[in-house]
Amino acid sequence: MFGPHLNQDMRGIRVRLLSSRRRHPAAKALLLVFGLFMMGALYSVVAPPVQVSADDTVTQQVEEGRALFAVGCASCHGLNGEGQTSGTIQGPPLAGVGAAAVDFQVSTGRMPMARPGEQAAAKPNRYSDEEIAALAAYVATLGPGPAIPEPAEYTPANISAEDLARGGELFRTNCSACHNFEGAGGALPNGKYAPPLVGLDDKRLYLAMLTGPQQMPVFSDEVLTPEDKRAIIGYLNALHEQPAAGGLALGGLGPVSEGLWAWIVGLGGLVFFAMWIAAKGAKAK
Amino acid sequence: MAEPAATVNDETAVQAQTPKKELGPVFKAAAGPTKWLDDRLGIAGLGRPFLRKVFPDHWSFLLGEIALYSFIVLILSGIFLTIWFKPSMAEIEYEGSYELLRGLHMSEAYASTLDISFDIRGGLLLRQMHHWAAAVFVAAMLTHSLRIFFTGAFRKPREINWLIGVAMLTLGIINGFTGYSLPDDLLSGTGLRFVDGLIRAIPVIGTWAEFFVFAGEFPGELIIPRLYMVHILLVPALLLGLIAVHLALVVYHKHTQYPGAGRVQGNVVGYPVFPVYAAKAGGFFLIVFGVLTLMGAVMQINPVWVFGPYNPAEVTAGSQPDWYMGFVEGGIRIMPNWEWHIGSTTWSWNVAIPGLGLMGLFFGLMAIYPFVEAWVTGDKSEHHLLDRPRNNPTRTAFGVAAMTGYAMLWIGGGNDLVATQFDVSLNAVTYFLRVAVFVAPVIAFLVTKRICIGLQHADRDRMLHGAESGVIDRAPSGKYSERHRPISAAQAFTLTQHEDIPALLPATDTDGYSEKEIRREQLRRKATRFFFIDTLRRPTRAEIEEAEHHHLHPMIIGDGEHHAIEAEEEHHLAK
Repeated sequence: MFGPHLNQDMRGIRVRLLSSRRRHPAAKALLLVFGLFMMGALYSVVAPPVQVSADDTVTQQVEEGRALFAVGCASCHGLNGEGQTSGTIQGPPLAGVGAAAVDFQVSTGRMPMARPGEQAAAKPNRYSDEEIAALAAYVATLGPGPAIPEPAEYTPANISAEDLARGGELFRTNCSACHNFEGAGGALPNGKYAPPLVGLDDKRLYLAMLTGPQQMPVFSDEVLTPEDKRAIIGYLNALHEQPAAGGLALGGLGPVSEGLWAWIVGLGGLVFFAMWIAAKGAKAK
Repeated sequence: MAEPAATVNDETAVQAQTPKKELGPVFKAAAGPTKWLDDRLGIAGLGRPFLRKVFPDHWSFLLGEIALYSFIVLILSGIFLTIWFKPSMAEIEYEGSYELLRGLHMSEAYASTLDISFDIRGGLLLRQMHHWAAAVFVAAMLTHSLRIFFTGAFRKPREINWLIGVAMLTLGIINGFTGYSLPDDLLSGTGLRFVDGLIRAIPVIGTWAEFFVFAGEFPGELIIPRLYMVHILLVPALLLGLIAVHLALVVYHKHTQYPGAGRVQGNVVGYPVFPVYAAKAGGFFLIVFGVLTLMGAVMQINPVWVFGPYNPAEVTAGSQPDWYMGFVEGGIRIMPNWEWHIGSTTWSWNVAIPGLGLMGLFFGLMAIYPFVEAWVTGDKSEHHLLDRPRNNPTRTAFGVAAMTGYAMLWIGGGNDLVATQFDVSLNAVTYFLRVAVFVAPVIAFLVTKRICIGLQHADRDRMLHGAESGVIDRAPSGKYSERHRPISAAQAFTLTQHEDIPALLPATDTDGYSEKEIRREQLRRKATRFFFIDTLRRPTRAEIEEAEHHHLHPMIIGDGEHHAIEAEEEHHLAK
């Protein structure tokens, strides 16, 4: 109950203080300083500070990527990723390949290539995750392309049995012609090849379908929806995880390896027994 | 009723078989039923000469047995499979226990194959045994035929049996292919499409032939039931009949034998069927059965569930036929793309030459070779002693050249796997094979012939100078020489038992022959020169005696005595 009285008193004192000093010679200058200060404070509140720092990081990352690109990629793909289509060292233009393609090619060690050739082989990757992200960010600035997918997009979690079977059909229709019925890989003309798909993680499989690296066609989201891609990944995982029914898979290369084993183990083993039997003479005639 | 029969049996059995010996429990138990059968069928009269029939002993004579026993395993496991397999192309939805295909549409044939693999007790084991047995069956037949070829066992009087063998090999391959096609999986359907292409490539009538075989467009709805009939009835029946004739002829001709002490054209040295070969062959059958069962149990073959159901819109890398069709596949894969278009017709030489031509060439060459060689040598005599391959260098070289050409085609059939497994370019493999399929056999021919002649030289040295002892003498003059030991009589037999076939000079005395006869004879004589001109003559008696004189000691010491005894014993048994 005492508050209002006290407040009224204090306000009265302050108002009197200000009004009594308003013609002070320093008042104008002080007011100016105060106004500037208020404006600055207002600006700092209104202007979004997060955006400022992000812009900064992206620019920094792109710059980092550009530097890495100049060292590791530009000799084939050109300083600005415009590509080189003539000469002994060639590389395709990279505008529009997207961050996803960079992530796939560099994280699998395919890029940078060790030497020019028909096809870039997978090898141990020498880049850190940050460096790959920087390269991807830089290449993404060259033109719009597929972005790196989130785990939820490529992980076939809780996939239904129906979808697995559908994934098998999709795999046999779209993939097995080059990659073999079991994903064991296959040969393509002129030293090119479709690599084996055994033991690859979900992201790698998804990125390959999304970006169509090397000889592989691009399976864009219009051709194979993300759901279809997950079904294929789920089918491959299930196929490779299931125990080999019927015994040792013997390389899983189909009739050629089976024929080899039929000759070596089957006929070879039986010839061994035949020699043994023929070497045993009769004890009694 | 049983009592009087038993006494009679005891008496006759004892007298008929081993009069002085007490019978063992097995024979005693068998005596009754045997007598019962003999009274009604007269089997003792048939059986006795057969049971004492002599067969020579060598592991390479068991290759045909491997084929025979694999065939028996094929029939036994096949009977089991027919109980469950449904040869129908009707489309159904799969509801079995293999999860990755559940709910998909497929033919009944494929679904029932999945059922055999996953839902029927022992089904996968028997399916895999059946498939392994098929692969081993054809492999054993082919190896058996190589043994026959390289030892010259196809010569008179066995030419017809050789032809029967070629027919069985053909039928075995056909049946293997029809069986491979039955499950209607993605691989077998692709294989069927391959054969569809072969049929269409028959010039002019190809399309009609295709419509006849498939009852319309590929794949139609009848091909699986039709192949089923061929697979389980037609070809097995033919094979069974031919096997019976094949074996009957082996008994009739008597088995051939390798040269050795006491072995001549007129005898067979070895052991009698009963008890020695009955035990050996019976045991070997069980071994073959056991090996095939083990393979079926622990080695996966033709995992159709991985391939998926056949769909003409799908295909897979690594589509190959089973190994025995591999050479045709290879021929197609390395063939340049030659095609004619005349009017409204297409002449697919790219498929017809390797596809139809190679199979014709393979079986054709096999079938005519015995007659070609007989014509060249002009030899009308019977041969029961086998050739050592080195002693007919040209034949051996032809055989190795054929094997080499076959191997090149075989590699071609797996050119994609060669490319991926050995990290080479598919095109490089294919271009290499296009040349190698012609060049490699020629190289193999020349090399083999030289090796054979080299081995003949080694044999000749052994005959004339004895066996190398490994003991080196140094003469006072400093000269080194190796001591030679005399060889045994048995070895001397082996080294000299072959016949020298002369290479003939062109005939000069041609009076009284027609132009055609002369031309044919000159051609034959030319062929004898090609075959035998650089074959080494075996040492003559005079040469051996001269060598003995030169070395001042006998070259051959008579230790062949116990061989001779064995041989003598079997001599009268065999004839």
